[in-house]
Amino acid sequence: MEALNKFVEYTSVSSIAGPLLIVEGVKGVAYGEIVEIITPTGERRTGQVLEISEDLAVVQVFEGTTGLSTDKTRVRFTGETPKIGVSMEMLGRIFDGKGRPIDGGPEIIPEKKMDIYGYPLNPVSRRTPEDFIQTGISAIDGPNTLVRGQKLPIFSGSGLPHNQLAVQIARQAKVRKEGEQFAVVFAAMGITSEEANFFMEEFRKTGALEKAVVFINRADDPAIERILTPRIALTTAEYLAFEKDMHVLVILTDMTNYCEALREISAARNEIPGRRGYPAYMYTDLATIYERAGRVKGKKGTITQLPILTMPHDDITHPIPDLTGYITEGQIVLSRELHRKGIYPPIDILPSLSRLASKGQGKGKTREDHPKVMSQVYAAYAEGRNLRDLVAVVGEEALTERDRAYLKFADEFERRFVNQGKDEERSIEETLDLAWELLTILPREELKRIPEELIEKYLPKK
Amino acid sequence: MVVGKIAKISGPVVVADGMKGSKMYEVVRVGEEKLTGEIIQLRGDRAVIQVYEETTGIKPGEPVEGTGTPLSVELGPGMLRAIYDGIQRPLTEIETKTGSIFIPRGVTVPALPRDVKWDFVPTVNEGDYVEGGDVIGTVKETKPIVHKILVPLGIKGKIKEIKSGKFTVEDTVAVVETEEGEEKEIKMMQKWPVRKPRPYREKLPPVIPLITGTRVIDTFFSLAKGGTAAIPGPFGSGKTVTQQQLAKWSDADVVVYIGCGERGNEMTEVIEEFPQLEDRRTGSKLIDRTILIANTSNMPVAAREASIYTGVTIAEYFRDMGYGVLLTADSTSRWAEAMREIAGRLEEMPGEEGYPAYLASRLAQFYERAGRVKCEGSGDKEGFVCIVGAVSPPGGDFSEPVTSNTLRIVKVFWALDANLARRRHFPAINWLQSYSLYIDDVTPWWQEHTGPDWRELRDEAMRLLQKEAQLQEIVQLVGPDALPDKERVILEVARMLREDFLQQDAFDEVDTYCPPMKQYMMLKIIMTFYRKALEVVEKGVEPQKILKVSVKRDIAKMKYIPEDKFLKEVAPAILEKIERELEALLENP
Repeated sequence: MEALNKFVEYTSVSSIAGPLLIVEGVKGVAYGEIVEIITPTGERRTGQVLEISEDLAVVQVFEGTTGLSTDKTRVRFTGETPKIGVSMEMLGRIFDGKGRPIDGGPEIIPEKKMDIYGYPLNPVSRRTPEDFIQTGISAIDGPNTLVRGQKLPIFSGSGLPHNQLAVQIARQAKVRKEGEQFAVVFAAMGITSEEANFFMEEFRKTGALEKAVVFINRADDPAIERILTPRIALTTAEYLAFEKDMHVLVILTDMTNYCEALREISAARNEIPGRRGYPAYMYTDLATIYERAGRVKGKKGTITQLPILTMPHDDITHPIPDLTGYITEGQIVLSRELHRKGIYPPIDILPSLSRLASKGQGKGKTREDHPKVMSQVYAAYAEGRNLRDLVAVVGEEALTERDRAYLKFADEFERRFVNQGKDEERSIEETLDLAWELLTILPREELKRIPEELIEKYLPKK
Repeated sequence: MVVGKIAKISGPVVVADGMKGSKMYEVVRVGEEKLTGEIIQLRGDRAVIQVYEETTGIKPGEPVEGTGTPLSVELGPGMLRAIYDGIQRPLTEIETKTGSIFIPRGVTVPALPRDVKWDFVPTVNEGDYVEGGDVIGTVKETKPIVHKILVPLGIKGKIKEIKSGKFTVEDTVAVVETEEGEEKEIKMMQKWPVRKPRPYREKLPPVIPLITGTRVIDTFFSLAKGGTAAIPGPFGSGKTVTQQQLAKWSDADVVVYIGCGERGNEMTEVIEEFPQLEDRRTGSKLIDRTILIANTSNMPVAAREASIYTGVTIAEYFRDMGYGVLLTADSTSRWAEAMREIAGRLEEMPGEEGYPAYLASRLAQFYERAGRVKCEGSGDKEGFVCIVGAVSPPGGDFSEPVTSNTLRIVKVFWALDANLARRRHFPAINWLQSYSLYIDDVTPWWQEHTGPDWRELRDEAMRLLQKEAQLQEIVQLVGPDALPDKERVILEVARMLREDFLQQDAFDEVDTYCPPMKQYMMLKIIMTFYRKALEVVEKGVEPQKILKVSVKRDIAKMKYIPEDKFLKEVAPAILEKIERELEALLENP
């Protein structure tokens, strides 16, 4: 009977609500299997079983339910869990959010089919990420060092240049070891066609496309499809990393759109909502995406994730950035204030953090002085920023000489260290040297976080 | 055994019919693939089951088999050094068995290895009278830990037979003849249901501090042996590093580390680091006295719910051998969320913020399993379980249900503060918000082991820090120059306390662990500086000049000096220098 199920068409749709269909009288249907839906006009859509009881299946339709009716819709259960066909041919190609080519090229002939939900990585099989990735961006490489196998999101806000930054990182990111293969998997969820064009254009123009696989789910594509896009992208990344030995950087943008889609389905199912209407399982759901990054035993390839999300109302305590921050290994925070000052990239290093930074810094990885000099720079900038608030109250005249030095340091740091060109690629040595140069603004005895011998060796003599 | 049929599947929750005769919390095997599940609700012959593995591909109509036993852990030699998932499946063995970097479904591997032969050394003789909890023999499981084989609870009688030599955990090592004349075979392995606390004779008062080597904890917000503590912290505030520091350095014999719904890479760090870490207390590696439970955020949610119970049951078992156990759970918020997720799937009426109404009682039951106790058995074994639970309040909001309910139960609160972390003040434990209700209990210990003035020094330092917070507000308004001289000294010394005492570098070889005596001396030096500075300022020396004395630099470097050298040479020298340099200021004011 189960083998036959593939050919059985049910016309017993009893209700349609939001992206969900309820089909009655079904037999032998498995939880999570893929469903084919034929609309009254003969169009084919795909869906997935979300809940199944004896003879009742709840199906979410990825392309949305517009145009479906309860009497003329036909439903077929395929008996398969969602899979994607993968192959090396995918490099250099652009696909839609469900993995179909949209660049006018031929269909992909899959080398193998892989389950897009994957399985959890065995924690025992993981290896701690520790190889430095140079993004060429000082505010990341210096204080918030990214390492291979890490997941480091960018927390942005609407109107901030996160797309610009994402493209720059995709283009510049490199591992400083010879003979390693590098690839970028880029997944966009719910972006406007203007943004989509920007990405495609940038990738083509800079030649970054050659080593990239691009998935684009546009804002006018069904929201539900967004549930699949990051998973398809990560399955492709796992194939490239763990079967083809490549170092893969996965950029996911914009995770906020993904979470909105998740909430939409949850609401349609009348589920009891958690915080701000997002489903209670959002943490677990996000974890099944973000945790698909890492470095594992016995495999040459790695997966590094750089998810981008826009914080609603720039609120970092909103459930989306909040839950993300609990899963990912740090965050890069973009600041509206810096953006207004004309600083690009507007990375505010104070709330930013790379939890694995110490693994990728120092002798043999970057340079011996890296951790100490960055600790000093960070502390000095924090002090300078505090003083700015004080100045607002008491005026600059009330400050001591020391305090004024810190103020100057904070300004120069933003203007020269954080700020850089959209095409400017700085090596880590350039970044560190710049940091030392800025430290000459401070009185030397203030450099308490750096051992004397490093100061002696690296601090430029005035 | 009961065999039913699946009626409904929704994520990790499966409903089965025809389950009459099964019990609450009984373990069942779900579907053709025999996934492990646990009954969490019974209604007529219908059972609601939470499944510990991914349910994709399971169909209604597939069988559900009862096992007759509740969710239990296997207790016996072979647990130390192991890495388990939330339901005690050994992850290393799973990796070997499947040859995959992923965890597929339906794998069954026993928690304790069946093929290893342990060297059993009896400690009782034939004819001896024993009861549940008594030690009948030992196995040297790892270099630092002797695994004591206990008579299972409920068995009482005379040893009829006792063996010696190499055995597996399933072999009989002793036979006990009960008063009723029944013969009970005793094996090295026993089972215990995870949701049932293991009993003890009596609870003892928490008068001994757990020494962690972290100054802000030991000196200011001490945790007692057998006590409970909570670390809440918004992300990025160093919660994980703090917990790892505790596991590495505190003076407990055995560490149970539960990674509950946390990051895979973080768990990996622990898994890689613990086997490497020298354990200064025992001269071997930290992993030799550690049990790791890893249920990362992307592993099945129901197993995350179970992981806390699995961990605490194992901790209690080692306590019953007379050991001190430190259990750290990172994070209990993820555990609570797992409960919420499952409650949601069951369509239970939600309480606050969607958490189930029983959240508070579950949290209380869990923390209540901590304690310093007189163990079961006829001897006078004493053991303790300390529970340190991390909470991850959404948005750093301490008023949310998990944090607020936890605070009603635990006695110690280490408030991690994102602002401190941002200023790179580590450990980022906020000294104004944190508290310990054990301070009075542990004061006699400290006075005995360091100096009689320990409590005064601590309280005075605390007052300075509080005073500093008030003064800072004034400084924000009028600038530091407007303060009276005395208060400027307070500001300076408080800064010294913050930077040179409270701040501690977990990555520095020496500073990562600060022994009690060194903590005491460091504090004494800073407070001596304070008193002397006050004295000379009162005699007319400008506070500005005090800021410039060179002994300040010596004080800043104290933390990096090993204890021996510090106590013998450096500390006396600094004390002398304080006296000398500040006196010198008087000579030309």
